[in-house]
Amino acid sequence: MKGKAHKFGDNVDTDMIIPARWLVTTDPAEIAAHAFEDVQAGWPETVAEGDILVAGNNFGCGSSREHAPIALKAAGIACVIAASFARIFYRNAFNIGLPVLESAEASADIDAGDVVEIDASTGAITNHTKGRSYRSTPLPPFMRELVSAGGLLAYLAKTRK
Amino acid sequence: MGMTITQKILAAHCGRDAVEPGEIVMCDVDLALGNDITAPIAIEEFHKAGGTRVWEPAKVALVPDHFAPNKDVRSAEQCKFMREFAREQDVGYYWEQSEMGIEHVLLPEEGCVAPGELVIGADSHTCTYGALGAFSTGVGSTDLAGVLLSGRIWLRVPETIRLVYRGERRRWVSGKDLILYTIGRIGVDGARYMAMEFAGPAIDALEMSDRFTMSNMAIEAGGKNGIFHVDDKTRAYLDAIPLARETRDREARVFESDADAAYARTVEFDVGEIEPQVALPFSPGNARGVSEIKDDIPIDQTVIGSCTNGRIEDLRTAAEVMKGKHIAKWTRCIILPGSHHVYRQALNEGLLGVFLDAGATISAPTCGPCIGGHMGVLAEGERCVSTTNRNFVGRMGHPKSEVYLASPATAAASALAGKVCGPDEVM
Repeated sequence: MKGKAHKFGDNVDTDMIIPARWLVTTDPAEIAAHAFEDVQAGWPETVAEGDILVAGNNFGCGSSREHAPIALKAAGIACVIAASFARIFYRNAFNIGLPVLESAEASADIDAGDVVEIDASTGAITNHTKGRSYRSTPLPPFMRELVSAGGLLAYLAKTRK
Repeated sequence: MGMTITQKILAAHCGRDAVEPGEIVMCDVDLALGNDITAPIAIEEFHKAGGTRVWEPAKVALVPDHFAPNKDVRSAEQCKFMREFAREQDVGYYWEQSEMGIEHVLLPEEGCVAPGELVIGADSHTCTYGALGAFSTGVGSTDLAGVLLSGRIWLRVPETIRLVYRGERRRWVSGKDLILYTIGRIGVDGARYMAMEFAGPAIDALEMSDRFTMSNMAIEAGGKNGIFHVDDKTRAYLDAIPLARETRDREARVFESDADAAYARTVEFDVGEIEPQVALPFSPGNARGVSEIKDDIPIDQTVIGSCTNGRIEDLRTAAEVMKGKHIAKWTRCIILPGSHHVYRQALNEGLLGVFLDAGATISAPTCGPCIGGHMGVLAEGERCVSTTNRNFVGRMGHPKSEVYLASPATAAASALAGKVCGPDEVM
């Protein structure tokens, strides 16, 4: 994964990511068209397929709406890097196949527009613009098992009692 | 090493004697919940994964409440989609029209949750049921689909932050003020990934409605769950529910934290120092005492209701403040009873008459304005004092509107004064 960074601050809530008035649909393309519209109108048009979203602490706090990671993924975001994530958003992103990486150093150092590359197998993050690299928190073994099973629902089907 | 109440409930649901914080465990679910916003995606995922029958229909609750009564054609379609699934699967809990309510007000009243149970809801405020000594937490739609398919969910055993409250509460200081103060002190990520355990003599003195309010807002500090110990007040609350499920031996599932349980952190509060709180835009962590707000902040609207403060005790408090008075000119006040039970009780107790006499409007139970859905959406530049739980940018309508979070007493007082103020200013 390699793309341009979009930078956000701390405590980005799911109402910012996708306002509740758009929760009347489950269509990813329609949801994506309204991502961040209350705080950065026109943001989806600035995203190229494969771009990376970089944020501070507690990204995705607030509501449990799965529409939030769906909006980011459908807008073209390939991966979210944050210093930390709110737990429901973290689960949701994982479940819908939007990679998320926790890295305080990457979050602090990457600026908007930097070209960032991610090695999904190691979690290593490279900032080509600045010529620096960062580490991210490794996934727990159980979550790697979920990935290799093909996601949560496939895992549950395989291990059903 | 002993265990916390949260560890014990998780251990009991994954067939283990003990679990440690940080472990990931696969747990059996006692109740799975979805609403008209989150269930449609969960149902689509359920079908995509080849699901035909939910694992145990009796343990599933589907509640149309966010945009219900239907606010427009698209929300009507989502409610219909969920209703048809509820019918086809014959789920244990589904309510419509005259039986409806906001999920987190309704489920406890209907006896759907008992101490020691594990509740998973596709709604972030599912943490509300911690007030009953249950482990309950919010997830997204795909996790709910997983529960509907398998009856199980993976959970990371959380560390626990212990919040101890001592002293005597001042007049008008409610559970809402305590939780706003707490979030202001520990921050909106102060309990991220953690269990919040509420304890101490000032907690023992709280009524159940205040405990529900506090558990409800655990998520606003990033908490996974917000839990209380079961005491005589919990038992009296459960005993008074005529419709409670009879499938469980309640006392066998009452868990207590061990004296030597490990806590990540303990935070102590003297509630005597806490005055009525207002959380300023745009974060629930922006709590201030009403006396710290020096400038007049004129308001356009107040909202009294929601899963946080839509219970009968909340309406009684608001009516006590508003009785015999009238809301300020150019100010609107919307009362949303949290459920049909609350609505009927408010009617029987004469509270609705008090609100009407004061110039307030009474809505059907719904989440409505809390998420900027309907029944009180704000225009550009408008301000609202609300008993709801979030004051994020655009939460109640226009991105340039503002929400001030407060208790029912403070919201009622603000409606009378036409500005942000505490109850002492109008009483």
